Amino acid sequence: MEQLFKQLSETLLNNLRKGEHLKVSIGGEKSQFVRFSQSKVRQSGLVDDASLSIELINDERTCSGSFTLTGNITTDETTAMAELNRLRDEVGTLPKDPFVVMPEDTGSSREEHNGSLLPAEEVVASLSPAMQEVDLAGIWASGRIFTGNANSAGQKHWFATDTFSLDYSLITPDERMVKGTFAGSNWDQTEYEKNMAKSIAKLRIMEKPGKKIEPGAYRTYIAPAGVADIVGMFSWGGVGEASIQQGDSSLCKMRQNDVKMSPCFTLSEDFTSGIIPRFNSNGELAPEKLDLILAGSLKNTLVSSRTAKEYGLQSNYAGEGESLRSPVLSPGDLNEDEVVQKIDNGIYLSNLHYLNWSDRPGGRITGMTRYACFWVENGEVVAPIENMRFDDSIYNFFGENLEAVTDKAHLHPTVETYDGRELGGVSCPGILLKSFELTL
Amino acid sequence: MSKLNLQDALSAIDVQADWVGLREVKESTTYRIIRDGNPQANSQEVDHGVMVEVLADGQFGYYGCNNLDHASIANAAKKALVQAKAAAKNPIFEFTTEARPATKGNFQSPFQQSVNELSAGKLNEIMLKAYNQLKVNDQIVSASAMAMIIETESKFVSSNGSDVQQSFLMVQSDYSAMANKGDIYQRRTDNHCLQIGMEEFDEDLVLARASRVGEQALELLDAEDCPTETTNLVLASDQMMLQIHESVGHALEVDRILGDERNYAGWSFVREADFGKLQYGSKIMNITFDPTVDNQFACYGYDDGGLKAERDFIIKDGLLVKGLGGKESQLRSGLPGVANFRASSWNRAPIDRMANLNLEPGDSTFDEIIAAVDHGVYMETNRSWSIDDYRNKFQFGCEYGKLIENGKLTKTLKNPNYRAISNPFWNSLKMLGNQDTFEVYGTPYCGKGEPNQAIRVGHASPVCLFENVEIFGGA
Repeated sequence: MEQLFKQLSETLLNNLRKGEHLKVSIGGEKSQFVRFSQSKVRQSGLVDDASLSIELINDERTCSGSFTLTGNITTDETTAMAELNRLRDEVGTLPKDPFVVMPEDTGSSREEHNGSLLPAEEVVASLSPAMQEVDLAGIWASGRIFTGNANSAGQKHWFATDTFSLDYSLITPDERMVKGTFAGSNWDQTEYEKNMAKSIAKLRIMEKPGKKIEPGAYRTYIAPAGVADIVGMFSWGGVGEASIQQGDSSLCKMRQNDVKMSPCFTLSEDFTSGIIPRFNSNGELAPEKLDLILAGSLKNTLVSSRTAKEYGLQSNYAGEGESLRSPVLSPGDLNEDEVVQKIDNGIYLSNLHYLNWSDRPGGRITGMTRYACFWVENGEVVAPIENMRFDDSIYNFFGENLEAVTDKAHLHPTVETYDGRELGGVSCPGILLKSFELTL
Repeated sequence: MSKLNLQDALSAIDVQADWVGLREVKESTTYRIIRDGNPQANSQEVDHGVMVEVLADGQFGYYGCNNLDHASIANAAKKALVQAKAAAKNPIFEFTTEARPATKGNFQSPFQQSVNELSAGKLNEIMLKAYNQLKVNDQIVSASAMAMIIETESKFVSSNGSDVQQSFLMVQSDYSAMANKGDIYQRRTDNHCLQIGMEEFDEDLVLARASRVGEQALELLDAEDCPTETTNLVLASDQMMLQIHESVGHALEVDRILGDERNYAGWSFVREADFGKLQYGSKIMNITFDPTVDNQFACYGYDDGGLKAERDFIIKDGLLVKGLGGKESQLRSGLPGVANFRASSWNRAPIDRMANLNLEPGDSTFDEIIAAVDHGVYMETNRSWSIDDYRNKFQFGCEYGKLIENGKLTKTLKNPNYRAISNPFWNSLKMLGNQDTFEVYGTPYCGKGEPNQAIRVGHASPVCLFENVEIFGGA
């Protein structure tokens, strides 16, 4: 696909007329998906998908188009030129865009990570035996993901990687669940079986009689997987500069009234892991590390070049939507192995579910507890709890109620596949809260 | 739709299988967005490919293929066959061709004005005028007007004789204003998702909607916060859309009840044994699966398994009678179902989805419903939504509220929220609005499935009165 992209972008760029500027990008995958339910195969298949996007700029006006690539250079070149001509016809009829981001050459890059993946025809036979003693529901996704861009200023980027993931839930006969993920680039059957055995051992703890708890405020530990979900909320009306400028961010309070979170809370955008490319859809390279909230104070926001132009700011080359692409929540000093003891009396939440802002300007989030969640008494796990709804503010649980942060950050790989398999993940530790509000 | 002759492509496939199906989808999605007086997007995405499905050894294997020549499709069928045979080593169910009934037919979305009758430049002009209506004064700190136009062509052919062609024209219009005074931020929106033509962007209609949105955003700046209490709750149709979607629709998807979604969207409080027995709501609750409502977002003639789509009761007089299960789920569960086996595009296999799922109207006028309430709150337009993985404990927030005192709407309220548990909530449904209060809405973003799929759904509802609901305000 790299060669196809190179050829298509060259054709398009070589055919530009005077005054025209162009950005070209590609994204796609060659994937296998196997869906499991009751530890058996529910659906199984393969997907080849790739699309080319073109943005044309002429006389401060811009429009864009994209189309599915077939992989046949003759067909794709014809479609690409037809699309360029369609954009030419349209662009002159549109209003001027004062904030259009012109193509620039800020450096080119090429990265390719070749993995060792399970052959598609061996997946069912390799995965199935380790899950036969339990009820498993989940999804296997595997294959190559690629992305690239080029522009009329001469910049070129290419990134391709082989990855796999098995994202799964184990379920007891009385419907208690444990969540697990096994992901990487090099398949290791032994490591997979160890991962599954560890999750099955956790499931056995869930077989203890359950405890019903009442709504109220509880001393609470949220494990890294749950914290990763909360960090994800900062991408949606959080750290994006445009959302603050347009009054749609939960962090307006921090900007306008200098409200602070706990000194234990440090959130950054950090690409040093290398699992996701630093270039955005404009081909701009984000800084390797950018502190966003440092020891509880808002230091930076994610600023795209368009936002920078609109509000007279400096771009830090965030993506168009100014969402987190590689978030890292800094670890603290609470020994991860002592968490249950430190809870003393309260609840342990392994995962959260279906988060949403219940009052975005107020920073309040509602959601559910899910999977392995326990009642803890005198520093010991006593019983699984029924799923509960929470509704509390980031200014409470990342503020004065944040007692401690654990000393190890865990990477939670992104397993979403709405617009194709996604790259990256959230790196974060667990958090111990003095109080957390359960409402239903 | 393309130069590809799907029947010829099917004929060129040479695999030892019990059944082969090809579903070609070509979809163009166009956005025209004006934000804060300037163009934010003028984009068009065209997505085109073929889903090749093969049934062998009781299993369907698939290959979503972006190369549309006959040789590539034939090769995809061979690889799909390998997937099916591998799955047959550990299958959840043994399917037969009964899961893909032979069907022939056509469907075309209704519209008055075609896409070509409204140019890109003219639509930008209309959206700019809408923005000017939204921006009532400087307290509107940000506003946007958005038009999304989706044109879809879908063809389905199969080795047992199916031949279905469907053409859709779908439109989303959205007007949004954010108002600010001091620390108070309030957003008001108006969103339509319909199968309709460019008549949706009639300038007078657009400007009237935008004007109301701007004015009400400002009104909310001086409004009191919604009180915290347990009281009567009247929900407008645009909030009922979300209420039906989350606490009825998802709970009744049969693949979910069978457990397929337990790793992602979740399970359901409804079980297979509940059909025909569970009193889902009060006696006035009637829910229909209805692909025939004029202009509703998820109308279609046939689902992606080839089943003909027809209107049917899912809940009748409050009793759960039928599930949202397509042919595969019907065979697996033995439960009656509907034609809702749908895929988001050519690159995903179909699963059980909502389509148009509606609450049938009653016989009360809006004024009669308000007059019947001594004390309560009226809420419009969803802004926050969350529900548990069994579709039980939900919490929803709205944009705009009104206090109801002594049978009259009085003060405007900001930050209105409510929370409840699905089954008792629907059993507290006390009054239903009549046909005059019945409005049609939808969303393009219903998420479900592994791999993930976002699909379009429609929900229509009258205004409804619920008793004894826990309501509350902002932070």
